[in-house]
Amino acid sequence: MIGAGLGIGMIGQKAMEAIARQPEATNDIRTNMIIVAALVEGVALFAVVVALLTA
Amino acid sequence: MQNKILAILLIGLALCQPYFLYGSPEKVTKEIEIGEHAYDAPKEIIHHISDANEFHIIGELSMPLPCILYNSDNGKISVFLSSRFHHGELAIDGYVLDHGRVKMIQSADFPEGEVPIALQHEEIHGEEIAFIEMDGKRYKVERAGFMDFSISKVVFGLFMAALLMFLIFLTVAKGYKKREGQAPKGIQSFMEPLIIFVRDDIAKPNIGEKYEKYLPYLMSIFFFIWFNNMLGLVPFFPFGANTTGNLMVTLTLAVFTLLITNLSANKAYWQHIFWMPGVPVPVKILLAPIELIAVFTKPFALMVRLFANISAGHIIILSLISLIFIFGDAGQNLGGGIAGITIAVPFVLFMNLLELLVAFLQAFIFTILSALFIGQAVEEHH
Repeated sequence: MIGAGLGIGMIGQKAMEAIARQPEATNDIRTNMIIVAALVEGVALFAVVVALLTA
Repeated sequence: MQNKILAILLIGLALCQPYFLYGSPEKVTKEIEIGEHAYDAPKEIIHHISDANEFHIIGELSMPLPCILYNSDNGKISVFLSSRFHHGELAIDGYVLDHGRVKMIQSADFPEGEVPIALQHEEIHGEEIAFIEMDGKRYKVERAGFMDFSISKVVFGLFMAALLMFLIFLTVAKGYKKREGQAPKGIQSFMEPLIIFVRDDIAKPNIGEKYEKYLPYLMSIFFFIWFNNMLGLVPFFPFGANTTGNLMVTLTLAVFTLLITNLSANKAYWQHIFWMPGVPVPVKILLAPIELIAVFTKPFALMVRLFANISAGHIIILSLISLIFIFGDAGQNLGGGIAGITIAVPFVLFMNLLELLVAFLQAFIFTILSALFIGQAVEEHH
């Protein structure tokens, strides 16, 4: 869970830097950022589901 | 203009407050003195998240739903409305209604037809077990030994979302036919940007030239998941069934993606899985089982992602609402209740708004990942 939080934070950080470097690509960067964030969130939610199942 | 918008927003906000919770605690206190049930938050939350064979409207009022049950022992198919159970007072053909769910008496020699019973519960090792004592014999009651094809709360919720989709999209299609070549009007103009979004930002970039073949599927799951997520957030009847937060529903959607991806895959896709080109032979042999497992884990991740996001959101909202009942001692303490309301309602409002975002986001993610997988499957060799 902590890893997912850190991971999404890093994705956001790199996305912000990339947008700052090339503002025209904001839309593409934003779309890709959302996709990767969802993938990382998926891992965190696997952990949540396992926790709910074992308790 | 801005003042008008603000006024409408504030009035809308005021109308959304759960005023019925501000009400008199006397009726609830009487119930508690008779039944002596404290408010058990986890049980209530799980009850709201899970499926049921009747749709609870308000208080004691609930809508009975048809039960379609197949007894695997004697092959008998029973179809009846769950109101025949009379809220758990009758057993019908060996089935009983326990806390809104149909369960079966685990004994072949229980009399058939309608039998008045008294369902009892006891806790063994922290788990609640239901049983019936009749004529000195003790019958176990479990959710086993039969197949439940009933129109349950979740199925009803799926039907509502499907009905909404039919209403909206048939109107939109009719509008396009009627106004061929003209500008869109009415609900067409609301749906058109969304439909174009799915086509241009999800389907075309990920699938490539053959995207038109898969557009019906991608449109369907995008709007179906989005509508189901949103309807699950509405707190009143006939909406509010936790459909996409049910593992079986998301499993079905993920299986659709799995089938469509693998049945439309071309030779390059399968070659990439079993005999990855461009790497030495030992690596090829190592990669084959990993890639094969990946074929199944990708839709599995889709399933769990959607399920966990939606049900986690619902659990958080329900927990915050439960806070009101916990503070108010389930109606006995009015001051505590008001304290609970002032704490919980703003958080619930925030969580509901967040859930609106999550509803759209999860539908978008499911669709774009499905499009990605389909794109990988139909991709031509470079």
